[in-house]
Amino acid sequence: MDLSSINPVLLLASLMVAATPLLFAALGELIVERAGVLNLGVEGMMITGAVAGFIIAVESGSPALGFLCAAIAGALLSLLFALLTQVFLANQVASGLALTLFGLGLSALLGRDYVGIKPPSTPKLDLGMLADIPFVGRVLFTHDLMVYLALVLAIAIWFFLHRTRAGLILRAVGENHDAAHALGYKVVLIRFAAIAFGGACAGVGGAYLSLVRVPQWTEGMTAGIGWIALALVVFASWKPGRVILGAYLFGGVNVLQLNLQAAGAAIPVEYLAMSPYLVTILVLVIMSADRSRAPASLGRPFHASN
Amino acid sequence: MFKIEKRPIPSGKWNWGAPVVAVLLTMVFGGALFAVLGVNPFLALEKIFYEPLFGEYAFYYRPQLMVKAAPLILIAIGLSLGFRAGIWNIGAEGQYIIGALCGAGLALALYPMELFILLPLMVIAGAIGGALWGLIPAVLKVRFGTNEILVSLMLVYVAEQLLASMALGLMKNPEGMGFPGSRNLQQYPSAHNAEIISGTGMHWGVVAALIAVIFAYIVLSRHMFGFSLRMSGMAPRAARFAGVNPTRMVLICMGISGGLAGMAGLFEIAGPAGQVSIDFNVGYGFTAIIVAFLGRLNPIGILLAGVLMALTYIGGEITQSQMGLPLAAIQVFQGMLLFFLLAMDLLTNYRFRPTAKEAA
Repeated sequence: MDLSSINPVLLLASLMVAATPLLFAALGELIVERAGVLNLGVEGMMITGAVAGFIIAVESGSPALGFLCAAIAGALLSLLFALLTQVFLANQVASGLALTLFGLGLSALLGRDYVGIKPPSTPKLDLGMLADIPFVGRVLFTHDLMVYLALVLAIAIWFFLHRTRAGLILRAVGENHDAAHALGYKVVLIRFAAIAFGGACAGVGGAYLSLVRVPQWTEGMTAGIGWIALALVVFASWKPGRVILGAYLFGGVNVLQLNLQAAGAAIPVEYLAMSPYLVTILVLVIMSADRSRAPASLGRPFHASN
Repeated sequence: MFKIEKRPIPSGKWNWGAPVVAVLLTMVFGGALFAVLGVNPFLALEKIFYEPLFGEYAFYYRPQLMVKAAPLILIAIGLSLGFRAGIWNIGAEGQYIIGALCGAGLALALYPMELFILLPLMVIAGAIGGALWGLIPAVLKVRFGTNEILVSLMLVYVAEQLLASMALGLMKNPEGMGFPGSRNLQQYPSAHNAEIISGTGMHWGVVAALIAVIFAYIVLSRHMFGFSLRMSGMAPRAARFAGVNPTRMVLICMGISGGLAGMAGLFEIAGPAGQVSIDFNVGYGFTAIIVAFLGRLNPIGILLAGVLMALTYIGGEITQSQMGLPLAAIQVFQGMLLFFLLAMDLLTNYRFRPTAKEAA
């Protein structure tokens, strides 16, 4: 194995790129779960966003429009879940699984004419002088807008949850929906909005995969990233700041194993490719000891009788 | 106006009416989807639901139906036990792969010894492999409180990588001229899960699936364990007071569902599939989730749902080859079915009441 072929600057820079789809999806799911809803359909919404963003970007030539449509597609799909769980009062676990199975099928159907095409490239943000700083500049300041947008989103979500009235109401709905309902808040409406937001974020995360990270469309290309995003929310104890940490950690593991594969490590490729999933399990085991942070109404159906 | 009101007990009529309505709604909306894809919806639906059963080539499709329905039913029976008690094993696909690898590994290790009890031994190895793989999330759940949904799912990806590693490395056919994939078990008489009656599609996996249905039916309706299981799902607190041990429940449910999934994988790899290859698994573990729900977590229901779902697989192949309908359309069709089913369940658990006029 030739470890010297791994360039630490490129490694750290691609870590940020690898973490971005996870960060988007996990932040969206964080809001959904803080509102007391468990949406297991992240994988399905991500892959739908991936294919929708890809198609629109290829057809229009504009990656920005692609990301926008990916958000809309993810949100639309998540509204199906919202309809099932909030109006038809269906089981959230089963509905989330249905969303994933449906999304995987739908994306394969929509994307069958787009396999093997290159998408228009997403421009890097020109940060001028900053990018010229040795090492740090190359790692931190040579990315496209979406990488920074994900970080800004994390901060915005923290601010929203802990510094605004609307955030307080969202958390109240997640902690005790009966009390929130008694206070006159529209529990179902608030949850609809949270679910749609989560869907939009997952869609953008998916589009980042197909437009920047890979960049190509292949069937089932999310390969469990949506599920890792779900695990990330648990890892983060439902805190936005910790989601950043987690996403970068997972991004790091993934980039490192890919680099080791390329460098011809003594460990077979398949065992390296398993590592992100094994790390996820390990992290879940460590973090699950403390369940106290989970929103109290998470996963419980709400029905206003009277 | 109407208001929605929770029923004191779920409606028995709608419990079975909901899947029927869901299937009909799926046909309507699925037909619309086919029409959008430029295919005559009536012809497509006829090819999916009628032709494999009663068409001109039914003699060819009917055995296929058995071959496809058996793993779905076997896996779904296992899953339904856990789902009833609120234990969500969604990693059956991984347990299916590991079961296949364990059983096939045993056969490949003993090759070319002819041993009349080899196939039964392989079945046991497959069941144990699947059960152990299913017990990983179970043990982590009872010991550390991790979420079994996420862990069991992560293990699917791990199992897929393990399968790739085996197909390309350890289990590769030494006489395969470098091609990936193991020796073909269909050409190893002791290990071959052959048709019991030639031309019917009836292999040992079908027999196992039928036994599982009967066994599950008896356990659920007549045995104390089945009662505890149902109670844990409906009223976990009451179950605790009645002396049901939740830890044991998780271990048993995950172990059984893993074991059945592993067995299904073994029957597939020793029979219809034949060899350990990278793309050996085709998603039965996930489709079985739909089968379990569509069958109302009831063994007899699962039997019917498994056959119906197998029908959509075969119909999908027919419409693909004869009408150019993409195979992914069938995946969407199956997903839709689960959506409608979950929505229709509102009628099982709730009822509509006209609201009384307010006094003026």
